[in-house]
This record gives sequence, C-alpha cells and structure tokens, in this order.
Amino acid sequence: MSGYVISVAIFVGIWVTLALSLNILTGYAGQVSLGHAAFFGIGAYTSAVLAVRYGQPFWVDFIAAIIITGVVGTILGLPSLRVRHDFLVLATMGINFVVVAIFKYVDFFGGAMGLVNIPAPSFFGATFRGGTPYLILVWGYVVFVWAVSWYISKSWVGLAFNAIRLDEDAAAAVGIGAARFKIYAFGISAALAGGAGSLYAHFIGSVFPDTFVFVESIAILSMVVFGGMGTLRGPIVGAIILKAAPEFLRFVQDYRFTIYGALLVLMMLFQPMGLLGDDSWLWQLLKRWFGKKTVAPSEEVAQ
Amino acid sequence: MPVFQNLSNALVLASTYILMAAGLSMVYGVLKILHVAHAAVYTVGAFTGLVMYTWVANFWLALFGAMVVSGVMGVLIYRGVYFYMLDAPRTVPLIASIGMFVMFTDLLQKKFLMGPYQKALPVEGAGMPALNVGVVSITSTQMLILVVTVALMLGVYLILSRTRIGLGWQAAAMDREMAGAVGVNLNRVVALNFFLGSALAGAAGVLVGAYNNSVFATMGDIVSYKAFIIIVLGGMGSLPGVIVASILLAVVENFLVASVGYVLPRDAVAFLVLILMLMFRPHGLFGRE
Repeated sequence: MSGYVISVAIFVGIWVTLALSLNILTGYAGQVSLGHAAFFGIGAYTSAVLAVRYGQPFWVDFIAAIIITGVVGTILGLPSLRVRHDFLVLATMGINFVVVAIFKYVDFFGGAMGLVNIPAPSFFGATFRGGTPYLILVWGYVVFVWAVSWYISKSWVGLAFNAIRLDEDAAAAVGIGAARFKIYAFGISAALAGGAGSLYAHFIGSVFPDTFVFVESIAILSMVVFGGMGTLRGPIVGAIILKAAPEFLRFVQDYRFTIYGALLVLMMLFQPMGLLGDDSWLWQLLKRWFGKKTVAPSEEVAQ
Repeated sequence: MPVFQNLSNALVLASTYILMAAGLSMVYGVLKILHVAHAAVYTVGAFTGLVMYTWVANFWLALFGAMVVSGVMGVLIYRGVYFYMLDAPRTVPLIASIGMFVMFTDLLQKKFLMGPYQKALPVEGAGMPALNVGVVSITSTQMLILVVTVALMLGVYLILSRTRIGLGWQAAAMDREMAGAVGVNLNRVVALNFFLGSALAGAAGVLVGAYNNSVFATMGDIVSYKAFIIIVLGGMGSLPGVIVASILLAVVENFLVASVGYVLPRDAVAFLVLILMLMFRPHGLFGRE
C-alpha cells in the first residue's frame, strides 16, 4: 500500500472510533450531542500537553487521554441531568465552543498556534510516524472500541440505555436511574473519543484548536446518522464512506459540508434510521438476499 | 456619562437580537422544534439585501425584498422538511435542522454565491436623522435599526393579536392539537409563523449587515447561538420574554466589555452563561416549571 492510502486508512480508523463512541451516547442512550469534537480535542490536547510539556511517552499519554477525557466528559455530562432533549443539544454545542475557546486563549495550550512537535510513538526503541504499524495500532483501537460498544449493547447497561432513549420517564418508573446511566453514557463516550484524540495527535504531530470546532462535531454526527444510529455496523460504514469519499472525490472535497448537511436532511426525511438501520430499505434488502446470516442476534439487540 | 451611551448602544444591539430570536421563539412555541437553520435564513436575508441594494440602491426596497425572500425560505423549510417530521421523535427535525444550517452556510461560502469574503453594505442610515442630546449620541444607522425594529415588532404584535389567523396562532402556541381540534387551520397558522419569524430574521440580517457595513457567509453563526441563549433566558416560546432577555443580554455584554474587557471571547462567555443557565434555571429567568 502506498503511504497515502495508509494515511487515509489511519484517518478513517480514527473517525470510525469517533463515530462509534458518539453512537454510544446518541445511538444507544439517545442523547444527541453536538459537542463530540470537544472530547476528541480534549484527548488530543491531553496527549499533546503530556508529550510536549512533560516529555511523557506515547503509552502514558494515550492512557491519560482516555482517563482524563472520560472524567471531563462525566463532569460535562452533568447538565444532562437537568436538561433534556433539545436543551441538552444547546448545552453540548456550548461546551464545544467553550472548550475550543479555552484551547485558543490559554497560553498553556499553545493558543491559536497550537502545540507542535508531538513525538511519534516508539515501540521498543523503534520510532515511527505513520506507516503500517501505526495503521495496525489505530485499527486495533477500532476493534477495542467496537468491542466495548458490542459489550455495552449486550449488557444490562445497554438495556438501560435503550430504556432511557425510548422513554426516560417510563425507565425511571421501572427503577432505572436515568441520571446514573446518562452520566455513564457521557463518560464512556467521551473516554473513547479521548483515545481517538490521542491517536490523532501522535499521528499528525501537532494539534490546533480549529481542528476540534463545532462543524467537526456535526461531521461526526453525520457519520453516525448516515450509517444508522444505534447499530454497530452503521457508524462504522458511515464513517468509512464519509471520511474516505472526500479523499478520493474532488467534488466531495469541495462540497464536503454541503453534502454532510444534505445527507442529514435527506436521511431524516426518508431513512431516519440511517443507511443500515434496522428499518432501512438497504438493510431489509441485504437481509432478504443473504437470509439470516447477516442478522446476528447481537445486532438486533443493539438496534 | 458613558453609562447612557452604553445603554443606547446596548439597545441597538438588543434590537437585532430581538428580531433574530423572535422567529426562533415562535417556531419553538408552536412546533417545539429547535430551528437551528434560522441562522441560515438570517444570512440569506442579509445576502438578498446586499444584492438588492447593489441593484436598486434603495435601502427600503432592499429590506423589503430581503424580508420576502427570507420569509418564503422559512415557509419552504417548513413545508419541505419539518412538515413531514411533526410526529417524529424530536431528534429527527433537530438533526434535519442542523443539516440545513450546515448545508446553507457551506453553499453560501461558494464563489457563485457570496464567496468566503466580507462584503460592504454601505447604507449609512438610509436617510434617518442622527440624534445628539448631550449625554447620548445615536448615529443615523443606529436610529435606523431602532426604528425598523420597533415598527416590525409592532406589526407582528398587531398581526398576532388583531387578526383571525393571529388568534389561531396564539391558540396553536398554547396547544397545537387542541387548536386543530377546534378548527384552526394549522397549516396556514404554522406557515404564517415561519413567514413572520423568517422575515424578521431576514430584516435582522440586513440591519446587522448595514450596522457593521459587512455581510459574510458565516455571519449567522454567532448571532444564532446568542438567539438560543435568549430564548432560553426568556423562557422558550415567549415573545415578551425574548424582548426582555435580548435587552438584558445586550446590556450585560456591553457593560462587561466596556468595564472589564474580557478574558475569553464574548461568545464563549455567553455560552458559559447558557450552560449555567440550563443547569440551574432550565425554564428561563421568567419561566415556570
């Protein structure tokens, strides 16, 4: 594979994890977030600060990014306890702006110039930036995030998320502490996005506030919605298509956000469950063609 | 006394906020949809005003044209998109709205429309007198904004309180299903709602463009976020609440910037206020649980 294709595959992998992590919050627990890029950014900046200012190695940065972003996500999830539905969306939008403003205006985070010279990760003394090993690392993380999502969708927590998404009051009535599980959803989703941020920072070697702005949150949301919210397959397919298409099609690159926006509208009009959602015509078609094989029981639970 | 000067400047700022937030509040009041794409309507209004002004060089015609175009755009957004989502879960119209906002903003930035640059809208008050009474001086452009805002809000008040369809609107704002059940033509009422609200946003776009003498594709972003803050502060869906909250936000902003300057940019501060507000008073300053 050429270096270019590998880079694209690395980017796609990072965005697949972002889409999967947002899916836990938005698809499973039903809390629409317009601030996911903020968590991505917090992970990237945690990693960058640890690496550049404190000289920590990649693995320390990576683990710290996951933990710190998870903690921050849990704290920032607190408004969701008081605020529901569309008000929460406003709050997450606000969180994104405040986080980016902090990156931009606090010198410790490098201001508008960002943080540069983030060292590449090294394995047993061998340093590399990009290349096949990094690709394997990123897609290893994809598998990890996928496994976490799968486990959640199968577990008691996943059932609770489902209940909250479908009807919060009814869930509370049957004894599911909606507050607790919403905070879990925020924390897990943020932590996983933080890992993606760390991988991004160490791959690019620099972080800038403008990478993590509001429209990036929209792009991630588009991937989840386009593929199919609440499924395991949907966000993966959505992220692969929407992240890879601009790389190969000039037209898509020029009109990236026009297309993302139009996709959101069209999906909501005609396929609110997404391209591969359970009710979508494509998924029905695949099921008819390939019979039961394509419908793993886990997917049905995930819905 | 700079206090009075600050106050009058704040009132001008508040006028533009009112025009912008009124439409959002009206849409939320009747349909319970967070109309994020309202920002795009505002920018389209400013853009139409700019194009018309360069054609006919008459501000009032340009303002009128911008309001009509924005109003029609609002109705089309409702009839083409939201109409099919009224019974869907609330995330569906919300995501569609975000999609429209991103799509229109991106399209407007393309070369064949506005391009990525700022363009001047040199209206210079459009013949309004400037006012200078000792402690306060109001430029002619500021005067223009104040007069147009008061006139438009008065017009909207008259339409909503004195006409049949306006009464229908009030009924729908209280309870959409019940209003439909007693014979209010909901389609017309909601269309009127979108037309009025979007026309106001278009007017706001033109006025802000004239005030700052610049029109650009992303000018709607920050104003629309502030409009959200305003409708939360004012209690979602209440027009008097919008007016009070707009004035409050504008005054606080102006005095903060005038007295302490700011550490974080204005918009980040506004958002912090929003988040705190949502956490501690989710029903607005005047709203009831």
